[in-house]
Amino acid sequence: MSETLTPTVTLEPVPSVDAGSTRKMTLNMGPQHPSTHGVLRVVLELDGETVVNATPEIGFLHTGIEKQCETKTYSQVIPLTDRVDYLANLSNNLCYCLAVEKLLGIDVPKRAVWTRVMLTELTRINSHLVWLGTHALDMGAMSMFFYCTRDREELLKIFEMFSGQRLMTSYFRIGGLALDHPRGGLESVKKFIEMFPSKIDDYETLLDNNPIWKNRTIGVGTVPVETMLAMGVTGPMIRAAGIPWDARKDEPYSGYQNFEFDVPTRTENDVYARYRVRMEEMRQSLRIMTQALEGMPEGPFQADAPKVVLPQREKMKTQMEALIYHFKIVTEGVRVPPGEVYQVIESPRGELGYYVVSDGTSKPFRVHMRTPSFGNIQALGVMCEGGLIADTVASMGSMDFVLGDTDR
Amino acid sequence: MISELLQENPLVTALVERFGEAIESGTLEHEQIILYITPSKIVEVCGVLRDEHSFDRASSVTALDWYPQEPRFEVVYLLHSVKANLRLRLKVRLSGEMPTVESVCSVWAGANWYEREVFDLFGVTFTNHPDLRRIMMPEEWEGHPLRKDFPIHGHKYDYGETNQ
Repeated sequence: MSETLTPTVTLEPVPSVDAGSTRKMTLNMGPQHPSTHGVLRVVLELDGETVVNATPEIGFLHTGIEKQCETKTYSQVIPLTDRVDYLANLSNNLCYCLAVEKLLGIDVPKRAVWTRVMLTELTRINSHLVWLGTHALDMGAMSMFFYCTRDREELLKIFEMFSGQRLMTSYFRIGGLALDHPRGGLESVKKFIEMFPSKIDDYETLLDNNPIWKNRTIGVGTVPVETMLAMGVTGPMIRAAGIPWDARKDEPYSGYQNFEFDVPTRTENDVYARYRVRMEEMRQSLRIMTQALEGMPEGPFQADAPKVVLPQREKMKTQMEALIYHFKIVTEGVRVPPGEVYQVIESPRGELGYYVVSDGTSKPFRVHMRTPSFGNIQALGVMCEGGLIADTVASMGSMDFVLGDTDR
Repeated sequence: MISELLQENPLVTALVERFGEAIESGTLEHEQIILYITPSKIVEVCGVLRDEHSFDRASSVTALDWYPQEPRFEVVYLLHSVKANLRLRLKVRLSGEMPTVESVCSVWAGANWYEREVFDLFGVTFTNHPDLRRIMMPEEWEGHPLRKDFPIHGHKYDYGETNQ
């Protein structure tokens, strides 16, 4: 009985499908892949596990922000700039405001400049924290994400105190700040500065001696530095390749020449070096913030330019001129003299540039955003070629791109 | 016409000596140098800038639409030299009818996507470009959104429903 039930299995060798070395497979990665952090599509051509060709496809998050800018007044553009790079909104606010201020030829009072520097550096930490959490998450170090999110929460509270918004701050305005510091604002920044250095040490303890983290990052994602530059890569990516170019040092803006800080560089030019550079950058940002906090000047927080800056409520109710200016600015917008300017700042991701062209009206003729993620992603193909599929995830994480920043 | 402010500038002087008429004009705005180049010479000028003046990267390439003026388009090259810590802006003027200029991808590989963007959003064609496709808009999109005669609300788009 049992004999009849037992099937006789003859193991024949499976006829080999031509596993010839020339056969390649095309794999579609994204646009909804979790490690693309948004909507990036990468078409991978594979030879086994090796990436032969990687073609990034962008544009899934294109919202026509540059076109919209042309229909809004100069002040109305500021909220749009938040939405370009939603992890470094204050950097975008700052760059746009600096460009328009240059066109208008107005000087911003010291208190506003110092506050801008302080909060933009806080933004850098914010962005790097999100990068660290998600990058480590991609590599399997899940707990990093929780720690980073926890500490980022403290920092978002500070943004909320200052601007009323956690993410879409729009706190910097043409000619200064939207509001003066809130009560307790500086104290909370101080508390954060005291609290955060030990946290960075904690992150490093978790990752630096982690063999999986090291194996997956060291020697991965290397591209010759000349190629990187020509491809338009900027920021921590090229600083990890040994080029100490940082707009804060080389083309100082918004008073950065008054602050003491180092530009961290590495020479290994791999995913691990980029991690080290960004960790060090967070420490330097804290250093700048400490100086800004200690030297925070008293005085006005908006430029003395009645035709540009909205008057204070109190003045508006008591002075006729202030009321007229308020009416003109709100109904017509600010008229900016014809001209064009290209303003560069160092965003957490690299060179952020606003190319603003004015034709003399109250709406910009053209606002072009040279966003760092756009340039960085361009090098993704070169970076992934020859590596393994899993290295693609590591390389993408090390780029720290934001798709809103890429597609605009 | 090179602006008086640029007469002393060694870089501009060197370029004018080398290319003469191809450097149409030059101005200084907010301490930033702008040079207008004859469209047919742009690749040559960029090549010299890269090889002899250490402009190792094109920060960005973009365009302006001066509709209804003619020449309608200006393609803007925002160049940067990390070594010399110097920025330079080149512009070429193109007519509204079939705006075409040679691609600078052969000089800086990174110009690739920027030129694709200009092609997509402004409809400027770049010859000798390795991969001239739309980058932001869907492939079947009609028109070029950043042109000034493209309405802000867009053209009516049926998302392929009428084909069913």
